[in-house]
Amino acid sequence: MKADPNHGATLFDKIWARHAVTQEDGKTLLYIDRVVVDDVRASQVLKNMERRGLAIRRPDLAVVVQDHSVPSFATNGVLGGSAFLDATRVAARRHGLRLFDVGEAEQGISHVVMPELGLALPGSTYVCVDSHSPTVGGAGALGLACGSTELEHVLATQTMWVRKPRQIRIRLDGELAAGLSAKDVILHVLGEVGLETARGAAIEFAGTMIDSLSVEERLTICNMAVELGARTALVAPDEVTFAWLASRRFAPQADVWRQALGAWEVLRSDDEARFDADIAIDCRGLEPQITWGTTPAQVMPITGRVPDMADASRAGVTYMGLDPGERLIGRKIDRVFIGSCTNARLSDLESAAQVLAGRKVAAGVKAVVVPGSRGVAREAEARGLRDIFLAAGFLWGEPGCSMCAGGGGETVAAGERIVSTTNRNFEGRQGTGVRTHLASPATAAAAAVRGEICDPRPFMQGG
Amino acid sequence: MEKFSQVRGAAAPLLLDNVNTDQITPVVFMRSLEPDYEKALFGRWRLAASEAEPFVLDRPHFKRAPILVAGANFGCGSAREVAVWALVAHGIRCIVARSFSEVFRESTLKNGVLPICLGVADQSAFEQKVVAVDGQAAFEVDLVAQTITCPDGTVFSFAMAHNERAALLEGLDDVALTLRHRALIDAREAQIAIEQPWLQSVRS
Repeated sequence: MKADPNHGATLFDKIWARHAVTQEDGKTLLYIDRVVVDDVRASQVLKNMERRGLAIRRPDLAVVVQDHSVPSFATNGVLGGSAFLDATRVAARRHGLRLFDVGEAEQGISHVVMPELGLALPGSTYVCVDSHSPTVGGAGALGLACGSTELEHVLATQTMWVRKPRQIRIRLDGELAAGLSAKDVILHVLGEVGLETARGAAIEFAGTMIDSLSVEERLTICNMAVELGARTALVAPDEVTFAWLASRRFAPQADVWRQALGAWEVLRSDDEARFDADIAIDCRGLEPQITWGTTPAQVMPITGRVPDMADASRAGVTYMGLDPGERLIGRKIDRVFIGSCTNARLSDLESAAQVLAGRKVAAGVKAVVVPGSRGVAREAEARGLRDIFLAAGFLWGEPGCSMCAGGGGETVAAGERIVSTTNRNFEGRQGTGVRTHLASPATAAAAAVRGEICDPRPFMQGG
Repeated sequence: MEKFSQVRGAAAPLLLDNVNTDQITPVVFMRSLEPDYEKALFGRWRLAASEAEPFVLDRPHFKRAPILVAGANFGCGSAREVAVWALVAHGIRCIVARSFSEVFRESTLKNGVLPICLGVADQSAFEQKVVAVDGQAAFEVDLVAQTITCPDGTVFSFAMAHNERAALLEGLDDVALTLRHRALIDAREAQIAIEQPWLQSVRS
């Protein structure tokens, strides 16, 4: 399908047009190139399909991944022994689907593994039965989330009905200063844009800041676009993307690689392309960011003070056990978690390790790091990062979602305060009464060392 | 899929914005392959509430309420469809909200639950009536007429896409509906195989 020469096409339009099967009543039937089923939903989805007499149209394009239910530590029993993991194994085998199982080389969090293996490629459509599917937009793939019944439809037809979303371009300009990361950028964007503006929209992130980020950092940005309420998010693939993807396990090789590059190079919004809204956010002089409330948009610079809210936001401050006007720096913490589909890639671990090298976790703080995948874990071990974490007193867990949603990992007591590199600080998300502060891996690592919330930048100098 | 045409009963007000699926169905209640959905629904809030001031759905008039009235961005956060299943387990068949998270809204449709947005002015007027009635009289939601009738006779109209309405009214199977376009899907698939020959089988 050709773009309208009068006003050009956005990157999103181009991917959309190539996958549109037909339209009906305001929705488009989109062809889906890659489907991911996680361990929470797999057995139920596949059982329901059997009950309905539905066959999987393209089992070769679907993957089952064990991530949400993987125990982070073997202390509470044999690794991989939970009912969800067992049921997932049985279901995947029964339907002839490829399973990335606990202990296998490819296993990890779906949104970490899929780009890392070259299974979420630029210009392709990707559906996972998990809200953070748009993460893969950081590699130029169009990620869409859906519910379990919708996933049955996708597996049966290889298509999904989607209302074409409004399109918003968020331009981020500036460069990351030392000690700052993509997490700080997207938390800042959440604070600026809020939860209303981008709800249901397709976001394209652009600007000099985005251009300067690695693919891993772009994945972090697109991951938390979900917290803006976006339906999906994209970064135009560029030389950075292509270099990162080259030679990945399932990435195209040789002649096909060159053919793919030709197709991917045009995957960018035309100059004349129009968006429903254009938002520019200046990231120069950005400080490390940390959340103070119970939505990811309730965020502030680390040196700031908890705002004095008169409205419903006050409930967030109360839940967090904070006082309006107080500084977060110096607040004692109980836990630190580094991991999740937001911040468990190699560069995240490197950034935290830079803070931790030669230092120790403060007495009374329990600190956990869970690599996003076996691949990340292997590479981190090879580069000595694991040793740095262990020497500092961190616990090193099995790849999976772990403490992000209070599943598969540690139990945290009510009232405990945790600095977490995850994406949601919702009430009770990490356990009943648990107080979550979202921050970057460096900020989390610095908090672990100090035993209180602190500015990570002094730890990074001369690192 | 369960059909939906009319529903009549109490309308329970939960007038908060950004109610997320971690609040609707906390993970801690979902640790089994066959969880107790009814118990999971707003599990933490219901446990934290007191006997003197129970959670809205535990108040006598709302125990069987088929209509839930919510704020903006209802069902945001995790894509977990169990949030809808838990609402259904409680007997909720219709949710009238200021707005919905898109994924959550799609999941309601797949489960025979009617999602309604009235528009700002009507929603405010409707919320006032729901609060004033306080479960003492029945509201009626009619998808055929696309109306909500309040106990005092006030009628609010709501919009609904034709296909979504038809699927709910007739309880149509979503896969069967899509496979009417099978030839077009086959054609697109063949085209994509030419355009993206690098989409490898993950089984290789």
